[in-house]
Amino acid sequence: MIPVCAVRDLPVGEAVRVEADVPIAVFNVDGELYAIDDTCTHQDASLADGWLEGCLIECPLHATCFDLRTGNPTGPPAKKPVRTHEVVVENDHVYVRVSTSILQHGDVA
Amino acid sequence: MRAITVVGASLAGLSAARALRAQSYDGRIVVIGDEPHQPYDRPPLSKDFLAGKATVEDIALSTPDDAALDVDWRLGHKAVGLDAARRAVRLDSGEELVSDGVVLATGARARTLPGSALTGVHTLRSLDDALALRAELAEGGPLVVIGAGFIGAEVASTARSLGLDVTVVEALPTPLAGPLGPEMGALVAALHLDHGTRLVTGVGVAGFVGEERVRAVRLADGRELPAAAVVVGVGATPNVDWLAGSGVGVDGGVLTDARCVTEVPGIVAVGDCALSYNRFAGAVLRLEHWTNAVQQPEIAAATLLGRRVEVRSAAPYFWSDQYGVRLQFAGHRRPGDVVGIVEGDPADRSFAAVYRRGGHPVAVLAVNQPKLFGRLRRELAVPEPEVVR
Ligand SMILES: Cc1cc2nc3c(=O)[nH]c(=O)nc-3n(C[C@H](O)[C@H](O)[C@H](O)COP(=O)(O)OP(=O)(O)OC[C@H]3O[C@@H](n4cnc5c(N)ncnc54)[C@H](O)[C@@H]3O)c2cc1C
Ligand code: FES
Repeated sequence: MIPVCAVRDLPVGEAVRVEADVPIAVFNVDGELYAIDDTCTHQDASLADGWLEGCLIECPLHATCFDLRTGNPTGPPAKKPVRTHEVVVENDHVYVRVSTSILQHGDVA
Repeated sequence: MRAITVVGASLAGLSAARALRAQSYDGRIVVIGDEPHQPYDRPPLSKDFLAGKATVEDIALSTPDDAALDVDWRLGHKAVGLDAARRAVRLDSGEELVSDGVVLATGARARTLPGSALTGVHTLRSLDDALALRAELAEGGPLVVIGAGFIGAEVASTARSLGLDVTVVEALPTPLAGPLGPEMGALVAALHLDHGTRLVTGVGVAGFVGEERVRAVRLADGRELPAAAVVVGVGATPNVDWLAGSGVGVDGGVLTDARCVTEVPGIVAVGDCALSYNRFAGAVLRLEHWTNAVQQPEIAAATLLGRRVEVRSAAPYFWSDQYGVRLQFAGHRRPGDVVGIVEGDPADRSFAAVYRRGGHPVAVLAVNQPKLFGRLRRELAVPEPEVVR
């Protein structure tokens, strides 16, 4: 598991980025925490910098929205899903269990 | 609608085909494109593709899903004439395609300067241009870039990253003063100096020196800048010449209303070739931005299919990547707007600035502030949406 931050450092509506093998973004949607790959599947943009609206994160560069629950894009230009990861909270600390899924960009889950 | 012809097989043309299918149109779609290539993305041509970090496959726009669009592609064919009353498009092969709807998506081409025919003098608009320039940059500098607009600046940035000696020449006293205003133009242009690019401003280009191959660029003040290669980045001209006498109104772009309709019903225009009424700006604009070439086709498709269209008042948006810095701009700046920095410090090359008119925020520029930009662009003064039909 990768340590992310203290729970209090990730308030509602905010996001943090952590460096793993690939960068991962963790979001707080009304108290529910979600983790996905941070880099947009379209081009080079960090989704932690995106606009959060409910469970959708809008990419800051070309505005594709990804569903944090599934990782799926809801529209173009991105076509491929981002990986989702399990978030674990222990002793007021946020961790991410990086998904070992070998889901390749391009496969639709 | 049983048959629709799209002229231009790039971002706007492909987006039109996708939008028509997404809106349940099941008739015939023919897309005509004068380039031999399948649609590709242009922004990387001055960035990662030019740097050799992206391949032709990486910049392809079509995806496997697009096979379902069932498009009859006519690549390598140029449209040479339009009979608007019959919605008939004539191809260079002599073939004529008559359809119920026509989408004009012919984009723009790079402007040139007299003498540009010399070997070593480049423009950058197409994949072939980028391949030629990439090969030239591999031979080394010095490189002279004429024009410090976005494409010129991106080429300079990429060439510096490849280790070339680069000089940028700009006729205006301040680069990017048109889109960004003089204050922000100066701050953004400082990126060149940070990265060892020479910037010569306020002086025009008199001509090129060299017989077959360019050896130098001669400036209006008599100075000569030695050049192994030159990139002319002085803007783009819409590809609308072929519409002369067609019955479709053209005035430095195909004139359309906010729903992308030209003066002729059943003929719409989208993307870089369209001079459209823009509700956000309250003016007709010819936007040369990627996002516009994706958004307009959705409206145009709905218009052609006779569906209710909510004309979005979204602020025009573009981005530019230079020297590892991401610029984002939304809104519409006019001379006289008052700009102020609202966050960050220009010295850190990380800040956001808001342009105001009569106290209202009308545009925002963000430099390496993508998250803040997302908030500020949503605070721009947007007119109420207008539902037509
Ligand atoms: C180097 C470069 C970098 C860019 N970077 C950015 C960026 O960072 N951010 C941003 O927002 N925008 C950027 N842009 C702008 C963006 O790429 C354009 O706005 C977009 O390509 C417009 O799409 P379009 O389909 O309207 O026109 P185009 O992409 O110009 O395509 C028009 C197509 O129609 C074809 N055509 C023309 N006439 C005919 C004819 N008579 N018959 C048949 N076919 C015809 C053309 O050959 C072309 O293939 C960049 C552009 C360039 C060139
Ligand atoms: S980089 Fe995310 S949509 Fe383009």
